[in-house]
Amino acid sequence: MKYEEIVHRCFRCGYCKLTSDYTDFNCPAYRKFRFETYSPGGRMWLIRAWLNNEIKNSERFQEILFSCATCANCVEHCVFVFSEDLVNIFIAAREEMVNKGIIPPAVRDYLKNISINGNPYKEPQDERGKWADGTPVETYKDQDYLFYVGCVGSYDERAKKIAGAVANLLLKAGISIGILGEKEKCDGNEVRALGEAGLFQFLAKENIAYFKELGVKRIITLDPHAFNAFKNDYPGLGGEFEVYHYTQILAPLIKSKKIPLAEYKAKITFHDPCYLGRHNGEYDAPRKILGAIPGVEMVEMEQNRENAFCCGGGGGNFFTDILGGGEDSPNRIRVQGALDTGAQIIAVACPQCAKMLDDAIKAEELDDRLEVLDVAEIVTRALA
Amino acid sequence: MTDITQALAEIVGEDYVSDQPEEAYFYARDPGLMPAHKPDYVVVPKTAEEIQNVVRLANREKIPVVPMGAGMALTGLVIPLKGGIVIDMKRITGILAINEKARLVIVEGGTSQGLLKAYLEKNYPKLRHSIPDSPATATIAANVMIHGQGRLSQQYGFNSDMVAGLEVVLPSGEICKIGSCSISPDWFSKGAPMPDLSGLFLGWFGATGIITKVALKLYPKKKMRDVEIFITDMEELVPDIVHELTYTEMVEDITVFAQPLPMIFRDNHHITIFFTGDTDTELEFKRKMVWDALDRFIKSKDGGFMGVPPVMKPTLLDSPQRSVTRFADVKKGGGFEYSGPIILVEKYPECSRKIKELAEKYDLGYSGMARIIGRGHCMMYGFAFTFNRADPDMMERTRNALHEVSEYALKAGGVFWKPTVDEQKMALDKMDPNTRNLMGMIKKNIDPNGIMNPGNWEVN
Ligand code: SF4
Ligand code: SF4
Repeated sequence: MKYEEIVHRCFRCGYCKLTSDYTDFNCPAYRKFRFETYSPGGRMWLIRAWLNNEIKNSERFQEILFSCATCANCVEHCVFVFSEDLVNIFIAAREEMVNKGIIPPAVRDYLKNISINGNPYKEPQDERGKWADGTPVETYKDQDYLFYVGCVGSYDERAKKIAGAVANLLLKAGISIGILGEKEKCDGNEVRALGEAGLFQFLAKENIAYFKELGVKRIITLDPHAFNAFKNDYPGLGGEFEVYHYTQILAPLIKSKKIPLAEYKAKITFHDPCYLGRHNGEYDAPRKILGAIPGVEMVEMEQNRENAFCCGGGGGNFFTDILGGGEDSPNRIRVQGALDTGAQIIAVACPQCAKMLDDAIKAEELDDRLEVLDVAEIVTRALA
Repeated sequence: MTDITQALAEIVGEDYVSDQPEEAYFYARDPGLMPAHKPDYVVVPKTAEEIQNVVRLANREKIPVVPMGAGMALTGLVIPLKGGIVIDMKRITGILAINEKARLVIVEGGTSQGLLKAYLEKNYPKLRHSIPDSPATATIAANVMIHGQGRLSQQYGFNSDMVAGLEVVLPSGEICKIGSCSISPDWFSKGAPMPDLSGLFLGWFGATGIITKVALKLYPKKKMRDVEIFITDMEELVPDIVHELTYTEMVEDITVFAQPLPMIFRDNHHITIFFTGDTDTELEFKRKMVWDALDRFIKSKDGGFMGVPPVMKPTLLDSPQRSVTRFADVKKGGGFEYSGPIILVEKYPECSRKIKELAEKYDLGYSGMARIIGRGHCMMYGFAFTFNRADPDMMERTRNALHEVSEYALKAGGVFWKPTVDEQKMALDKMDPNTRNLMGMIKKNIDPNGIMNPGNWEVN
């Protein structure tokens, strides 16, 4: 297994499951299951035991490995030099399991759907660009930016609205964008996170070849997950593009008043998406956008920025739902944290977080007290 | 599902009981060097009442019960030596009450050091507790159970001396209050002016009961904190230096470390002196007192203050000191273990010579670290060796070195801190027979079925 030479170095001290100021346990899988085995250190020790044939690849072992949301809280807070490889280690272990074909059914189905249908929803490929119907968004030809939407933004009803809001704002500000529509393919971020390295490489190489064929130089992504794959994994496979998350494009446009805003009175708390924040260090762009809206009062949740508590959707859990269910599921814990701030709106910058937190609000019966809106949707409400 | 698993599931909920190989593997060991032993069940209860019911079941069925906090003692105290049920306490994390004026807090049995620190910093910035340098996940209850030490031990003694009351689940499953809280709504004393029954539980590693609540004394937290390091290459001077420093009554914490790596530390003893103040004037006054106290050693050229580089200060002032934990990776191997006898400060020179001798003999990386307890009444001297978990030979050499430390420590007049079961046996063998009999009587009467963390403090 890749990283095999590191797994024995975990001291199981548990710093990785906390925030930097120790206010709470911050590993979403540990928060839900509460056995040490579901903490980052627990995974390290069990992976080692598995490699040494001291335990087997059981259903529970699979649940332990695949409930990791790849949120990188452990990467941020483990006190040892190998911390940066923790998520890579967990993914490497998943790769071994995928290679042997012994994985949870939900993971198998997800991977199967991507390889057969090109998306996890089993929807036809020609439906992929439907979200843009009735909008002035054009197919990519030679525009300045490719606007890459991803599977969730393309097919999920809630996320399609967010894709529309982002596209409208970019066009309104005069940004030249084009989409791939029915030609768009899965970016593979979750495929990689779920340990299907071969399929990921295939998707990435196909995307890279197609982007190059079209002459794409710059990409704006809707989804931080795609942003992460394009920015961090594609270059190693020959895909060097200028990659932006849409909030990084919107923030300067709003500052320079290219998108004029009127007053919008609301108390808002921002939920950092792990693949924008901890994985890529972008904490400010969404906050700058929201902070620039007249009338908006920003409040922070206790766990924010590099200490943000994951919604539980990362690492493929959005699709496999291994972390879902029950009042200790991470998305429900997160909306309670938002409620504590007194905010009326939880702002998100990721379609997966939007869906996860929407579901949690319903489960917690907080519909009349909290609303989940993407940053782009909030800006749309505040347009002058 | 076995009958016992089913019965446990009825108590704590199905999601929080496991008889699976994964939990059995993990909870069979701690990060130290003691041999693994698997539990039959692991439970993660949410309330003291659930713990009571688990213990009642265990007592009825005569199944061992082992309470576990973060499991960071390193000496195997939460390894279920005879199997049974491990109770992971970390779902019971409440901070139940604070009395700001009396400087007291009541926490639940699984509340971590880190959580209390964060809570106080946010809500009561003028209060602090004696935080140890174990990882922030370490629980307060387990720390007082092992008579831990922390940042305030130089001033106020062992962290267990700062206990102001306990709630424990007895082996019978009954809840028992210890201290003023047994007759008063207020938790301010663990014993005095009555018989101090906390001694029936503190130091027993769960062999007499499970702590479900701890009242802890809090102390003033000044706005500023600083650190100086006094260096000498003469180990025999360390006790005198400590004596002078404790006399000033100006110092928060005093630790002494000596280790061969990195090179800048080699051959020197680093007396690390922490002090606090609300104003620059207070801080500088204390600094001056410390400097004056050690002036004679400077004049005789036997030592001097090291200019602490600004980059080093955050590491030293970190609380808990994460750098202590990082010692585990010196050999890129994820392990360290130490034997930390409590011993007179005057024994520092021989302890220091001993660790060097053993490190050389067994070819090990080491760090000697002393923490002063009380105004120099005694110290914990940590004979710490780092090992590579993937190198069985190095692990064996570390075990052997630690065994020699144990033998040495007893001979030198020390008393084991958080002893392994082997050290417990050595201690019981050496103990005054009447004291040993008294311990045996206590254990037999409180826990007649011998279900509580069996193997620990067993008097045969
Ligand atoms: S992953 Fe790092 S922080 Fe977590 S238990 Fe292991 S060594 Fe400690
Ligand atoms: S990446 Fe997140 S979910 Fe996975 S082990 Fe680390 S902290 Fe837990």
